[in-house]
Amino acid sequence: MIKIDIEKKLHGSNGAMNLNIDLIIKKGDFVALSGKSGSGKTTLLRILAGLESAEGSIKIDNEVWQDKKNSLAVQKRGIGFVFQDYALFPNMTVEQNLLFVEKDRGLAQHLLEITELWELKDRLPSTLSGGQKQRVSLCRAFIKRPKLLLLDEPLSALDPAMRSKLQNEILTLHREFETTTIMVSHDPAEIYRLASRVLVLEQGNIVDDGVPKEILLKTSGSQKFSFEGELLDIIKVDVIYVAIVAIGQQLVEVVISKAEAKYLAVGQIVNLSTKAFSPIIKHI
Amino acid sequence: MLETLQNLDFTPFLLSFKLAGLTTLILFIISLPLAWYLSQSSSKVKPWIEAITALPIVLPPSVLGFYILIVFANIDLAFSFTGLVIASCFYSLPFMVQPLQGGFESLNKNMLEASYISGKSQLLTLFRVALPNIKPALLTALIITFAHTVGEFGVVLMIGGSIPDETKVASIAIYEMVEIMDYDTAHIYSGIMVLISFVVLLSVYIFNHTQKKIGGFH
Repeated sequence: MIKIDIEKKLHGSNGAMNLNIDLIIKKGDFVALSGKSGSGKTTLLRILAGLESAEGSIKIDNEVWQDKKNSLAVQKRGIGFVFQDYALFPNMTVEQNLLFVEKDRGLAQHLLEITELWELKDRLPSTLSGGQKQRVSLCRAFIKRPKLLLLDEPLSALDPAMRSKLQNEILTLHREFETTTIMVSHDPAEIYRLASRVLVLEQGNIVDDGVPKEILLKTSGSQKFSFEGELLDIIKVDVIYVAIVAIGQQLVEVVISKAEAKYLAVGQIVNLSTKAFSPIIKHI
Repeated sequence: MLETLQNLDFTPFLLSFKLAGLTTLILFIISLPLAWYLSQSSSKVKPWIEAITALPIVLPPSVLGFYILIVFANIDLAFSFTGLVIASCFYSLPFMVQPLQGGFESLNKNMLEASYISGKSQLLTLFRVALPNIKPALLTALIITFAHTVGEFGVVLMIGGSIPDETKVASIAIYEMVEIMDYDTAHIYSGIMVLISFVVLLSVYIFNHTQKKIGGFH
């Protein structure tokens, strides 16, 4: 169990704010940390790792990582950390990257085999693809059998196919090692697949806390689609108006009335919804 | 000309290289922790240390030489090879510190933190992670310090005088040859200096170029 009760003044892009976190995380939980950029997610991870200071206390099981007087050095916390930019050691091969952290050849081989990297064990990081690099980084985090695994947007630099592959690997590793994990992520699909709990941070405070289904499914059970998107353009076609809306990676056209066209402005974030129909679902 | 070549005394060159080699070695040992500290620190003292370290670049060598001479005169180090080595260390300090500091600053911070998180100390991180990943900067620092020490003149003239086999280094020897109008020897000495300097610099640039090509550093 991890007990966090910390406070820190931050000077973010939106001016000064107070990071104020009071939280208990169960052992073995997979917690997703979500929220707009600048809300304090990465800072929270860095404070837990001991890379940044804060006031308050952090306890894990029976160990005190931080209290009023002391703060345990980053080296002694037994943490695994995966950075968005991989942060591998470029002068070491894939296997050496793991062995530098912990000289456990057996576990290194096991981890590299799970992640299909064993054949690349003698390669230098600069010769690997982004997905491969991030898998090495994951293995490197696991080889120390950390008490707490911190993932800072680990998959956001990867393409969707590679992302889904790595999600499976993270899930496999999490099940095998049962490591308590905190992952910063913006991707609802990723959070839904991996996490057992979601925390939403806003201006340094936790504003939402629950299971992914409750937090992420905004339409809660009704047969309704609702998407947020950006209104890119309104085009007049004969007597009707067509709005172009960007939803994620996709652009859609929606017919709107003259009255609607009047009160909508290009550049607005809009909500696009429809209900009472039966969606068709097919695999691709 | 042939006769000049046969009678040529190469001791000034040996002295120059001995001086440059020792200075580079000592400066590397001193500058490594200093450059590492400067690259990692955000302390208020940092600009002060940086300014003091960079002073020898802007000061006329005669100013540096004058102060060192005053101090050395009291501790009996002036006009000796040891004195020359110590003076050269002051004179060439920025040429070792600045490339090393630049190299360390260009390293990915997350990579260094990844090493700390995995339980490694600053010292181990410096030697196993930081240094191997700044090879071009390291080479530049070593070579430029060496070359700069070989090429120094003002400080050497003030501190070392021109004692044969003790403090008469190549640059001083050339100056003397010109003064006594022995242009043949001056030509040969100067030619050798140009050639060595060029070859050294060319090797550095070729090495750094190939390192960039294979993506051996970041």
